Amino acid sequence: MSFWRAAPIANTGPALHAITVEGLSYRFGDQVAVDNVSLSVEPGEVFGLLGPNGAGKTTTIRVITTLLPLQSGQVRVLGLDVSRTKMRVRRSLGYVPQQLSAEAALTGRENVTLFARLFDVPRRSRRQVVDEVLEVVSLSDAADRLVGTYSGGMVRRLELAQALVNRPRLLMLDEPTIGLDPVARSSVWDRIRALVESDGMTVLVTTHYMDEADQECDRVALMHSGRIEAVGTPDELKAALGPQATLDEVFRHHTGGGLIAGGERLSDVRRSRRTAGRLG
Amino acid sequence: MSVAHAAPPAASADLAFRVEPSPLRLLLSRIATLCVVELQKLRHDRTELVTRAVQPALWLLIFGETFSRLHAIPTGNVRYLDYLAPGILAQSALFIAIFYGIQIIWERDAGILTKLLVTPTPRVALVTGKAFAAGVRSTCQVVVVLVLSAILGVNLTANPLKLLATVVVVVLGAAFFSCLSMTIAGLVLKRDRLMGIGQAITMPLFFGSNALYPLALMPGWLQVISRINPLSYEVDALRGLLINSADHLLLDFGVLIFAAGMGVCAAAALLGRLAR
Repeated sequence: MSFWRAAPIANTGPALHAITVEGLSYRFGDQVAVDNVSLSVEPGEVFGLLGPNGAGKTTTIRVITTLLPLQSGQVRVLGLDVSRTKMRVRRSLGYVPQQLSAEAALTGRENVTLFARLFDVPRRSRRQVVDEVLEVVSLSDAADRLVGTYSGGMVRRLELAQALVNRPRLLMLDEPTIGLDPVARSSVWDRIRALVESDGMTVLVTTHYMDEADQECDRVALMHSGRIEAVGTPDELKAALGPQATLDEVFRHHTGGGLIAGGERLSDVRRSRRTAGRLG
Repeated sequence: MSVAHAAPPAASADLAFRVEPSPLRLLLSRIATLCVVELQKLRHDRTELVTRAVQPALWLLIFGETFSRLHAIPTGNVRYLDYLAPGILAQSALFIAIFYGIQIIWERDAGILTKLLVTPTPRVALVTGKAFAAGVRSTCQVVVVLVLSAILGVNLTANPLKLLATVVVVVLGAAFFSCLSMTIAGLVLKRDRLMGIGQAITMPLFFGSNALYPLALMPGWLQVISRINPLSYEVDALRGLLINSADHLLLDFGVLIFAAGMGVCAAAALLGRLAR
């Protein structure tokens, strides 16, 4: 596992944040998706960005990963300015989008090798790196099967392997467990935990499963309508509300009670309301 | 790539990953990588190649044989079926390439494109990889159409250099039309809209070219359209290479290379919009 020493970057001081976001706003036309958000993620922590669909989590992640241009505010990733050093930011992160996004027409190994090439992993160590990351996510045996035959949990783990080929010090995971069954969910979290514990990797994760956030995140930020309503450790946030409060209740408290049990269900409600509205 | 960071000391080994190759090297390396991936995808799923062969076969067998018998279209001392074969080759490549934008939108919806855009990869390389894939699929059509034509007794060249040039022309044409499609994809952003536009422009591109009949037969306004239609230059080059003596090959190649280059740049410039 020597491979899993997260790569040092020159002039890394102890004070360097993994991510700093200051006064970030993003609008799509006249719709404000992110409204003056500031946050910082410390090296080695698992930071959860929580909120219902439409809260602005994905937009925030997309600005941090350079997928969206910086409209206003300042964003630094591992000390790098995302608006001025896009390529270097991309080179230093691992990113897993919301969708299950591996190429179904390629084998698991081919999928990972593609990313090893795209991150300039030198040819002579490429095979070894690919084997190692496949091992880390327990896909060595299935590596030469087409991804079309994988289960959802396996695809997610494969994507994690793809995101690890460049030995990122920061992993950005957008709803990593959405649509997975409970067993697959915990197996994905086991890998993430292992990476954080053995290598001090920093993880920024969005989720709307409150139980996961409570269990897995060192700190969380609650996002609602493009704003951050509260930041802290899950315990701090719960204690602030009352002795027996759950994170779910904290969440409901900060988002105006709109959430029932998880954002996914909220979006279902919204969708059915919209459909009902359209049908009269 | 490996040459650049030969034998780094163990302690700084992981830093090697963050050394950036020079921009030109990066671009060429990424284009090669993405082309290899397209070939791998094709190797795992070949059914498409077979189904794609049906349409040109129908055009040559039904339309070609019938119109050859009618003698309705004057093509000089060249038999109409001979005249038609290069046109059908260009058309079948066009039909493949013009829907490549749908694939890009599909890859966006599936998160694949999003993930690629977060790697240190120039957008031009992503577009070139797709254009190459369209070219490879179209090259398979070259084989299909040439074999069919030979069976139907079309008088084709057997000169290997000319056949090689034929492949190059088809690849360039496919690159342009796939980039046109990806450019439109970057503008309309939705699969169904692109489907509509693709269908709306395919037939005008096809009929507004010299694929089925000579330029001289067209009314003046259509001749103008045909002259700015890259498909006409593709057909002209193919006809020159496969059937006649090549007359304006230099112009044809020039137009096709220029069009493909412009297409790659336009599609690459709009690719980022798909990630929003």
